[in-house]
Amino acid sequence: MDGNNCPQTRLLDLGLKDLWRYRDLVLLFVRRDFVSTYKQTILGPIWFFVQPLLTTLTFIIIFGNVAKLSTDGLPMLVFYLSGITIWNYFAQSLTATSTVFRDNAHIFGKVYFPRLTMPLAIVISNLVRFGTQFTLFIVVWGYYLIFSDKVQPNWLIVLTPLLVVIMALLSLGLGMTFSALTTKYRDLAILLTFGVQLLMYATPVIYPLSSLPIAYRWLILANPMTSIVETFRYAFLGSGTFSWGGLGYSLLISLLVLLLGTIIFNKVQKSFTDTV
Amino acid sequence: MIASLFMSDIAIKIEELGKLYRLGEIGTGTLTHDLNRWWARLRGQEDPFAKIGESNDRTVKGQSDYVWSLKDVNFEVKQGEVLGIIGRNGAGKSTLLKILSKVTAPTTGRIKIKGRIASLLEVGTGFHPELTGRENIYLNGAILGMSKPEIHSKFDEIVDFSGVERYIDTPVKRYSSGMYVRLAFAVAAFLEPEILIIDEVLAVGDADFQKKCLGRMKDVSVNDGRTVLFVSHDLNAVSQLCTHGIIMKHGTVEYDGAMKETVARYLNHDQVSPSYVNSIEKDSSEIYIDEIHVRNTKGEVSASFQYDEAIIIDFKFHASETSINKGRDIFVTILDGRKRPVFSCETRIEKSHYSLVIEANTLVRGDYSLYAFVNLPKIAQLDVVEDVCNFKVIDAGSIMSKHGEHDYGVVFGRYNWL
Repeated sequence: MDGNNCPQTRLLDLGLKDLWRYRDLVLLFVRRDFVSTYKQTILGPIWFFVQPLLTTLTFIIIFGNVAKLSTDGLPMLVFYLSGITIWNYFAQSLTATSTVFRDNAHIFGKVYFPRLTMPLAIVISNLVRFGTQFTLFIVVWGYYLIFSDKVQPNWLIVLTPLLVVIMALLSLGLGMTFSALTTKYRDLAILLTFGVQLLMYATPVIYPLSSLPIAYRWLILANPMTSIVETFRYAFLGSGTFSWGGLGYSLLISLLVLLLGTIIFNKVQKSFTDTV
Repeated sequence: MIASLFMSDIAIKIEELGKLYRLGEIGTGTLTHDLNRWWARLRGQEDPFAKIGESNDRTVKGQSDYVWSLKDVNFEVKQGEVLGIIGRNGAGKSTLLKILSKVTAPTTGRIKIKGRIASLLEVGTGFHPELTGRENIYLNGAILGMSKPEIHSKFDEIVDFSGVERYIDTPVKRYSSGMYVRLAFAVAAFLEPEILIIDEVLAVGDADFQKKCLGRMKDVSVNDGRTVLFVSHDLNAVSQLCTHGIIMKHGTVEYDGAMKETVARYLNHDQVSPSYVNSIEKDSSEIYIDEIHVRNTKGEVSASFQYDEAIIIDFKFHASETSINKGRDIFVTILDGRKRPVFSCETRIEKSHYSLVIEANTLVRGDYSLYAFVNLPKIAQLDVVEDVCNFKVIDAGSIMSKHGEHDYGVVFGRYNWL
């Protein structure tokens, strides 16, 4: 920690150099997240699989069989699982990063290290979680690929890493914004928990975009997560929609949100211990 | 500005530092205050709430919700200097350290720091109960700013210093609190920043371990030539370690000077008084104690003494021609900090003024007071004064001082090793 402590800093001083110096810490936080979540559980990392499977099962029963929502002619299991795999990463990263300041107030109040290490570590450790859930999806998807002709993947599969990166940026940016603002206004934390739930219904997770009336489609398309879920489905399952414009829009929004989040986060981190 | 800083030997320079805190609940009202503030800043005006902030005196009920926890703080720390910061609770010491360690930003002023800072406002920050000792060493080290290879190279020393080698692969939640603290301090002890900030972390562990910590800190500052900032209530530890001291009071620097003078000044401004003056009316046909003053060899009333300084206790009696020959004794007992008698002495009162001289190298470091009475042998104790004239003995150099807080008695014995 070199340098000076002044009341104001330049708006765009993101402290990335400092962050790089503390890169070991990011990895140690990732490790800590893992060890602490699954220590003293019997199933351990198996929970990674149990959770999306149970959610998918619930969706099949409620939305598939009771509400009879369209799945674009795809097998329900693979349709819902694809949506959940993608959505989970976004939702979990977002909720976890949004409480960074509150959860770590005792550490932040005692020692300085670049605060950005914390949300970054969360997004990365969720990436590992996503990896295992994605593997589960691939297994299910592979089964349908071999034993059924309803699943028709295409070359857009190569875009998957890009989709994950866009989601990571978006959840990091949103999470940082919320975590910074909740240090003072706790109301936002409450808003966020059900906001994320509501947002899922505004994203084509449990229904395909094509099932919506054209007149309302723009509303759902304004959600940057829409193109990501749709692209993922289109690439792996062959149904859904894909447009470069939509994906570009998601990327642009994510970058803007990330920039905004980083600025707010850096501003708040300097004095949040006084208000939290 | 930074360039000029590098030319000099100043490690930390603090200018016009101030920190404003809002008291009370943060809830309704905060948003309006924030908007007001933002609007004022937008128009280039002064913060409307900063003006009404008051100096930080806890004991006086303020008019405003805002308080300056620090105001107009200026000082410099030279490279390799060990600065002790003393002051009462709430004087702003911890806020100052928080700002120095970048945990929070100041409201006004600036700090210039040359070199890498590590701060220990608490030991074991970021320790996770589920992780093993080994994992926590790496995590805690990284939080404190060490890189992985750096921790790796010091790992054995850290484990050795902590003395918990057997449990290094056990989750720390199974540790006793003593082991936990030892491990935590050990990580901190092997930090190698250019500037180290320490807040009362020595108030942990058993006497033995405290001694070890103090020794290690001395090592860091004296042998390695690092700049150290040390906040503590333990004046003995402060005077042993530090060369330069400042006194904080109500959020400002009250005194800035050499450590020895700083401690002396701090003690003399303490509310406990090294003097006793009789304030009630007493039977004037009898002898009673009028005044007692504890003085140093220069004749000044003083509340603090170096261990190798003589302590002079002046007694002034109210006595008349007739009462003085009645055969009364003055009996004096020196009490230690826990009010245990250290030793007693008496003399027949034959004049109205006596000086009791306690020779240098008698009392060890600690707090003392007096218990005295006019004695009518075997019949009555007339005019008893209890626990008056508080004074303190500071020890920064005797052969026993290295034992820190270990209880090695209350007097230096007179002995010989043959």
